Amino acid sequence: MAATTALASDPAARAGLSREQLLELYYWMRLTRSLEERLVNLYRQTKVVGGLFRSLGQEACAVGSAYALRREDVLSPLIRNLGSMLVKGATPLEVLRQYMAKGDSPTRGRELNIHFGDVEDRNFVGQISHLGDMVPVMAGVTLSFKLRKEPRVGLVYVGDGATSTGAFHEGINFAAVQRCPLVVVVENNRYAYSTPTSKQTAAERLVDKAAGYGIPGVRADGNDVVASYQVTRDAVARARRGEGVTLVELMTYRRKGHAEHDNQSYVPAGEIDRWARENDPLDRYAQRLTGGEGVAATELEALDARVQAEIDAATDLAERSPPPEPRDCLVGIYAEPPAAPALWYREGVQSAVDRHERPASWGTHDG
Amino acid sequence: MAEATYLEAIRQGLFEEMERDPNVFCMGEDIGAYGGAFKVTDGLLERFGADRVIDTPISETGFVGAAAGAAHMGMRPVCEMQFIDFVSCAYSILTNYVATARYRAFLPCPMVVRGPSGGYVRGGPFHSQNPEAAFLHTPGLKIVYPATAADAKGLIKSAVRDDDCVLFFEHKYLYRRIKEELPQGDHVVPIGKARLAREGRDVSIITYAATVWKALEAAEQLEREDGLSVEVLDLRSLLPMDDEAIVATVKKTNRVLVVHEDTVTGGIAGEITARINELAFEWLDAPVRRVAAHDVPLPYAPQLEDFVLPQTADIVRAARWLAAY
Repeated sequence: MAATTALASDPAARAGLSREQLLELYYWMRLTRSLEERLVNLYRQTKVVGGLFRSLGQEACAVGSAYALRREDVLSPLIRNLGSMLVKGATPLEVLRQYMAKGDSPTRGRELNIHFGDVEDRNFVGQISHLGDMVPVMAGVTLSFKLRKEPRVGLVYVGDGATSTGAFHEGINFAAVQRCPLVVVVENNRYAYSTPTSKQTAAERLVDKAAGYGIPGVRADGNDVVASYQVTRDAVARARRGEGVTLVELMTYRRKGHAEHDNQSYVPAGEIDRWARENDPLDRYAQRLTGGEGVAATELEALDARVQAEIDAATDLAERSPPPEPRDCLVGIYAEPPAAPALWYREGVQSAVDRHERPASWGTHDG
Repeated sequence: MAEATYLEAIRQGLFEEMERDPNVFCMGEDIGAYGGAFKVTDGLLERFGADRVIDTPISETGFVGAAAGAAHMGMRPVCEMQFIDFVSCAYSILTNYVATARYRAFLPCPMVVRGPSGGYVRGGPFHSQNPEAAFLHTPGLKIVYPATAADAKGLIKSAVRDDDCVLFFEHKYLYRRIKEELPQGDHVVPIGKARLAREGRDVSIITYAATVWKALEAAEQLEREDGLSVEVLDLRSLLPMDDEAIVATVKKTNRVLVVHEDTVTGGIAGEITARINELAFEWLDAPVRRVAAHDVPLPYAPQLEDFVLPQTADIVRAARWLAAY
């Protein structure tokens, strides 16, 4: 992995970003981390209905790469890309409502966690759990840009694990052949659930797979937000010039388990602590800002306070959100008909959940 | 107007839809310069160019997924499976991604997946399949399977215009054997409506695709030899299914035979039978019976394939059993 980028008072080392933009990157990373910390509290209060997925330690690659996109570009996030989605315009309120399965969540309670999208305005696509599938989908999204000669670009994230899937291979190969304006970002966080990358592939470096598709591959320090931005920005520019697909590998480390329930017993002792101590992307970046960039510590504290206030306000609103109406589950499976009928035994009755229906006993009994 | 085969009817439908809407484009293996394994897309490349008639790598997951992404952005892709047997390679992305997109993420997926299906052609286990039942229990997909040239044209046009993903099964046995004069003008057949292929009073045969023609043959023989009046209902659309037409024919004849070429266990005939049981039990004078393929991977040799697949004689025998019940 590349060493920590040296002092960045030199504009080339800060990838042409202004001081304001550098602070914005800090804000998105802090928002990502603090929002997830809030979700942990809500999870422990059982207000998060399903599982909770963290991106602790991966905020830099998520935020830095997404920051390279324009609003009209389309991003396809994965489960550790909360930061990318926030950069693209997803709000903490949406994320909180989504995790709490609220009726006014972006998917009206249909999908979990950060599985949601918006292709009308902010341009990110709702992912599914089948890893690798978003690569062919984004090949098609960007194929439409090519066919319509729109100067737009797509970015799709996969993890180290998804590079083993057939869908990844078929999608990136199709996009490469068609010279689609697509950037494929592999966030190599070294674990897919409990499986280390060494058991995922015999390849030394995932970026080497690019050669097999006839596309360039570049690798960068994913815990360096500016480096992540820079390498993605170049790939995005290349795609926008009509030069096709680039494979970007961002090296990072997953400090939490696959989901909140995972105790990470499979991780060698001391590994997580070492990454937390020596290579935390937020700590590194804060040091850089207050060092070479001459940002006052109080400026960062003010951003931290702003983040906390925004999350508090969003939490208040999200907690007051109503649950979904049960019968909304029948709406919108197809464009036509607009809703499916309830089954005959549900005509005129509420769902069992609403009535807290419990059988008095099971099987035959003499009453 | 000249007659058109079932295959030409599909090609005409694709041509007309691509002329009508610049968002319509085709993807598939060998569909461009070669015109497709069965030549369904012959001439499309010359007329519409390589941007709209895309030869893909051998990647059913890749280009079906790409179709979904393009469809989200307002395009209307039509994917050809070289043989519908290979749709299983795209099963995951169709059932998990495409079928759920509208519901879970409000992402429209107006796309068509079409391809040559079915047996009676000595194609063996991997060029003869009828995998429609595998998709029947996936909410979010639509399934059509025409038996006539006119329906093939009218339904491919409806499928392209539909705002959701339509699986369009084409029977390869019918490609060049069925020929008729097609309706003039913008001929569109609505998805979800069955077609009464033959009116009758004594026994109903509910079927679709190639076995519609076997049912019609059987009906003629039964009229000739037994004086039986057999009604034949061609479903055309399997998802959604025309319950109204099914119930109407049950109420009329009170004896029902369900026929399809797919294997019997878990085939669509079971679903049709369940619907009749729930919606029209009191009108039945006999149990609903099925004629379908044996539960066997479809073998190659004519003697074997003919035994496994339902034949006209099987339908005749089953209808006689029902009439005598």
